[in-house]
Amino acid sequence: MQDQLDYLAKRASAGKLSRRDFMGKASALGVSAAAASTMFATAAKAASHKKGGDLKIGSTGGESTNSLDPATYASQVPYHNGRQFGDTLVEVSATGDIEGRLATSVESTPDAKTWMFKLRQGVEFHNGKTMTGEDVMKTMERHSNEDSKSGALGVMKNIESMKVEGDTFSVTLKNANADLPYLMADYHLIIQPNGGMDNPAEGVGTGPYKMEVDEPGVRHMYSKFANYWGDDGHFDSVEILAINDATARTAALQSGQVHLINRLEPKIAGLLSRAPGVSVQSTPGRGHYVFIMHTNTAPFDSKELRLALKYAINREEMVEKILRGYGSVGNDMPINAAYPLFDSSIPQRMYDVDKAKEHYAKSGHDGSPIILRTADGAFPGAVEAAQLFQQSAQAAGIPLEIKREPNDGYWSEVWNKQPFCASYWGGRPVQDQMYSTAYLSSADWNDTKFNNPEFDAKLLAAKAELDLTKRKALYSEMGNIVRDEGGLICPMFNDFIDGVSDKLVGWETDPNGELMNGQVTRKLSFA
Amino acid sequence: MHPILKLVSQRLALGLLLLLAASALIFVGTQILPGDVAQSILGQSATPEALANLRKDLGLNEPALSRYFSWLGGAIQGDLGTALTNGQDIATSMGKRLGNTLFLAFWAAVVSVPLAIFLGLVAVRYKDRWPDKMISAVTLTSISIPEFLIGYVLMYFVGVKLGWAPSVAMINDSMSLGQKLHAIALPVTVLTLVVLAHMMRMTRAAILNVMQSAYIETAELKGLSSFQVISRHAFPNAIAPIVNVVMLNLAYLVVGVVVVEVVFVYPGMGQYLVDHVAKRDVPVVQACGLVFAAVYILLNMVADIVSILANPRLRHPK
Repeated sequence: MQDQLDYLAKRASAGKLSRRDFMGKASALGVSAAAASTMFATAAKAASHKKGGDLKIGSTGGESTNSLDPATYASQVPYHNGRQFGDTLVEVSATGDIEGRLATSVESTPDAKTWMFKLRQGVEFHNGKTMTGEDVMKTMERHSNEDSKSGALGVMKNIESMKVEGDTFSVTLKNANADLPYLMADYHLIIQPNGGMDNPAEGVGTGPYKMEVDEPGVRHMYSKFANYWGDDGHFDSVEILAINDATARTAALQSGQVHLINRLEPKIAGLLSRAPGVSVQSTPGRGHYVFIMHTNTAPFDSKELRLALKYAINREEMVEKILRGYGSVGNDMPINAAYPLFDSSIPQRMYDVDKAKEHYAKSGHDGSPIILRTADGAFPGAVEAAQLFQQSAQAAGIPLEIKREPNDGYWSEVWNKQPFCASYWGGRPVQDQMYSTAYLSSADWNDTKFNNPEFDAKLLAAKAELDLTKRKALYSEMGNIVRDEGGLICPMFNDFIDGVSDKLVGWETDPNGELMNGQVTRKLSFA
Repeated sequence: MHPILKLVSQRLALGLLLLLAASALIFVGTQILPGDVAQSILGQSATPEALANLRKDLGLNEPALSRYFSWLGGAIQGDLGTALTNGQDIATSMGKRLGNTLFLAFWAAVVSVPLAIFLGLVAVRYKDRWPDKMISAVTLTSISIPEFLIGYVLMYFVGVKLGWAPSVAMINDSMSLGQKLHAIALPVTVLTLVVLAHMMRMTRAAILNVMQSAYIETAELKGLSSFQVISRHAFPNAIAPIVNVVMLNLAYLVVGVVVVEVVFVYPGMGQYLVDHVAKRDVPVVQACGLVFAAVYILLNMVADIVSILANPRLRHPK
């Protein structure tokens, strides 16, 4: 039935089927009138998109060292490359729901341990082959086997076994996980022919655009793939230019050399929004800037000292001065309202000199300067943020000493090694993944060395809990534990700030990632 | 053996030794830097397992000395290997970038060298009068401003406000020569402004030095115009120091333009090298270092030989 509906929707979007005919035929297939109406509206919207044109994107995070192999993606240009030529099984929608892409539906057994993905049929790779269950299986194997160096290895570890039966791909987990579909939406998990076992960097996938030119660190060019399975992707060609310099990127947008840019600096975003011909799109996301303390290292092993520092930071001032208002205050936990099942009743921690003094006195710290390491590369404005922190802490009588580290080598030598430093997190689609990645005591990236058995137990319980009310309660308790006990000082959540030419239409707010979660080339079109 | 041939072969042999020393230095340098290529590739998302797998794949568990000699063995046979980070063939990808850098350097030189020498001659002709003072003031100002600032200012006024030239100087194979030249108009302007003063001042100083000789007085006395005196009698005798400074600036145009390349997003060697240093991709850094060192050594050798050829006393040693 799904296939027939897809066919109808396609005909409607091509303008070959009137609304009346569409509704009649859809209801004959057993679809309710309301659902059919929505489907027609979606299809008609696709029809209203003007086809054609050459889209150019100026993106930061492109290096000559980049590869098209999805397992290696770690910066923005490779991420956007994957979005052009590839598809994942499922995608997280702007509203936080799971949307089918190469899988049309997802189901699980009641214990959330086995998950079944029904695969879309008749999908063609850019090399002419038809996608099979075997391709899906091999892809997942390549990202999870012993030799894997995939960026998605962490999310794949929990898989016990996988199998393909007919058009269903099923995954059995070691421990139950109610959020598995969100993990499978990871941007690394692009389905490749034979899983990319033969040539992972060839850039062949099932996406709307076919790779034409691959010059790492310079440009990547794609043309519309004629046999693409979906009805999105309205441009004739897409070109991604690696423009790492923020000023050059802004100038390229203003002079019309590119239509879209990412990572606008907050200090120029306000100015650019007044310029003609372009608009600034600010999207509240899940990424946050942090100061992290190792809870197992003196003096940060004292809960009182951690609390003293948490009360000694002025979050509003940071949002105003570092983010220029393009963001929101944090609450010393890695979760905000952009996550599903967020408990908004947890009280906001404020800058409080008296409480900071009180906790500092209780901690019995000897008054020697506390060393805070930072670098420009830790997050944009990290050095200035550390200075603001130093001043607000000074007011509470807590001496902070800023040690500025070189950008080069910061992630290998300082982060996760030194006991107190500035850092950032990009956020994850769901709370479970964020907590499992960085706060579970056994997590590889537990960068606060947080070890709380009660927290771990609640996290495992929440994974298997399919009742949303109970899960929300568990997440709320976990948030409180991290907020009060943890080594995380989270002053702010940063917005994604993108620059968009007025020639483009169709922008939607999508909290999952920059440039509409990388969907700009699929969902936008020229006016 | 002709003394010139002997000199060239001596210099070439010395150059090869220098290249070897440079490659050893670069290798040691990359080993001292914190972190390794596996750590850099995986970045913040490195898990210990993924790190171990990648190190094994890239052969990083071999001792440093044997890695250096296996690289050296390949390089001597002309095989620069493949990049550790993305597996691309180094010779191919670097060749393209080197071509772009040489293209930019060539056009910058075509504009700046004749212009600098001409301005130098004009400055001598009108010594201590307003043209001399103005030329010196303008060129010295432009060399004193950091090149990225000149770049940004030009980008804003010429690229964004006037729209005469693209602010992003990206060139690729599918462009015609005219399109390419249009694309690199701004970086060529910036580079010209940066190298102009040095060459112009040197030309001026060298010629003024010669102008005090007795044979110049003779030329003046026999009634030649002052421009003829400068171009026919003074310039040929001042050529050695001028060639020296021109070669130094040409070397700068090839190996020192990283900042300009970054500002204008020009796909040249500088950006390519920086990307690979950041990722600790040793074979690529080695290859780039060798090319840069070779360019430098070669241009200096050319300067030496030209100054010998230009001087009869050095050309026919007793």
